[in-house]
Amino acid sequence: MSVAMVPKIAAADPVIFDLAATPLRELNATLQALPADSNETSWTVRNPRGAHAIAVGITAPIAITIDGHAGYYCAGMNSGASVTINGNAGTGVAENMMSGSVHVRGDASQSAGATAHGGLLVIDGNASARCGISMKGVDIVVKGSVGHMSAFMAQSGNLVILGDAGEALGDSLYEAKIYLRGSAASLGADCEEKPMTPEHKSALAELLRRAGASANPNDFRRYGSARALYQFHVDNAGAY
Amino acid sequence: MCGIAGLFLKNRSLEPELGALTAAMLTVLTDRGPDSAGFAIYGAGKPGEMKLTLRAPAQFDFEAMAAALNLAVTLRDDHAVLVLPAAREAEIRNFLARNHPEVAIVASGARMELFKGVGLPANVSSRFGLASMSGSHAIGHTRMATESAVTTQGAHPFSTGPDQCLVHNGSLSNHNDIRRRLIRERMTFETQNDTEVAAGYLSWKLRSGAKLDEALTSALDTLDGFYTFVVGTETGFGVLRDPVACKPAVMAETDDYVAFGSEYRALVDLPGISKAHLFEPEPAKVYFWEREPVA
Repeated sequence: MSVAMVPKIAAADPVIFDLAATPLRELNATLQALPADSNETSWTVRNPRGAHAIAVGITAPIAITIDGHAGYYCAGMNSGASVTINGNAGTGVAENMMSGSVHVRGDASQSAGATAHGGLLVIDGNASARCGISMKGVDIVVKGSVGHMSAFMAQSGNLVILGDAGEALGDSLYEAKIYLRGSAASLGADCEEKPMTPEHKSALAELLRRAGASANPNDFRRYGSARALYQFHVDNAGAY
Repeated sequence: MCGIAGLFLKNRSLEPELGALTAAMLTVLTDRGPDSAGFAIYGAGKPGEMKLTLRAPAQFDFEAMAAALNLAVTLRDDHAVLVLPAAREAEIRNFLARNHPEVAIVASGARMELFKGVGLPANVSSRFGLASMSGSHAIGHTRMATESAVTTQGAHPFSTGPDQCLVHNGSLSNHNDIRRRLIRERMTFETQNDTEVAAGYLSWKLRSGAKLDEALTSALDTLDGFYTFVVGTETGFGVLRDPVACKPAVMAETDDYVAFGSEYRALVDLPGISKAHLFEPEPAKVYFWEREPVA
């Protein structure tokens, strides 16, 4: 499986896009129109000023650096690009990402990586509530802590938390894996601690390496679904 | 939706800029709440005096009314601020009720003035001249109505006690029940709005001797629904989010101020924002700042 790394700034001089001078729609239209073999592989967005939907729906394998704080849904639906936010990200960063990587150097707000199918989301700071809600294959590494209801209804992928987790971690979890170094305020319905096998430690070590996170896999505990909520139990047949 | 902007100054040298900073924040939040807007601002006050913010239908002659009472009045669009000796409050209220039932008392207090109206936030701010107002703290709101009609009365902030105001992003689900309980405690309400009930609940707690942070803590147990509240008192500024924290909130703190915005966009032009401590207030946690009164 090919995996994306946390983006490195490409060697070529970046194309500078100043949102104080040019409308956001123009930025997104330009980036979305880039062909996969575009020579313009490195972009820098200046003056984001918390604007929503910066660099959404990109399908070219380019590197985009956002110099400042981003608003809602930054890098949403990303498919193959490497997006770095030199600041905080608002609600829903990298929501529905398909592939590529998104790196938040500050904190992320609620619902980071929501419903994302693939790629790597790295948050250097904290993520607030509902991090990885309904995630469907993305790998998320949070170097700080996450808020309540993180990995709610998470279906597949990995959520790695180097800090602590808020209330109801992994509520109604499907088959996503949660690795937690700190402690959870509480576990959600049907979420339980699972054994850390050598395979899990090795998978976690690889996730930490890709995220550039210095942490020892031995310090983590793994949580997953007890599979009591979503599996049909024949003993309950009379209820239907 | 709805947008909230709040600014609580620690550095008194910024006070002349408070109105302009608040107006700019409200304008940014237009797309969170375009139907009406309002703000409370804590300006200068003198010992022994108080202010009544009044609202009346167009063409009402506030100056004649103030002259009849031998009081000073400042006109601001369809609102007016009457300055009076605190000892005359009951007399003035009786006079207004008897002679000018068309005049609504929007707010009262030693320092707080409160203005609100229907329309785009930038228009509401300019109608009342917010940009040229000064003060120690201000709380503003841009409304996208959900629980009651788009009217001036339904706009925020709500004030249910002296120098007290509250703005709200969200919706309460048990406000009818709490309103009935508060009416039994002799609180009065002007609207069917859910937010007015939250304001009334806090005023009732404050009237019973609670401090603002204590009142907010007990609101967590009593009010059911979605809310991000920002509240003001004569010297205090508080923030509370419900335990689920559906409604957005970003705060910035520097040595000079504490600022609240529904989104970071509202804070982006504040002085020194690039060095501010930016954080999201945590769910179900009371945040409260108090300022020492001027000696």
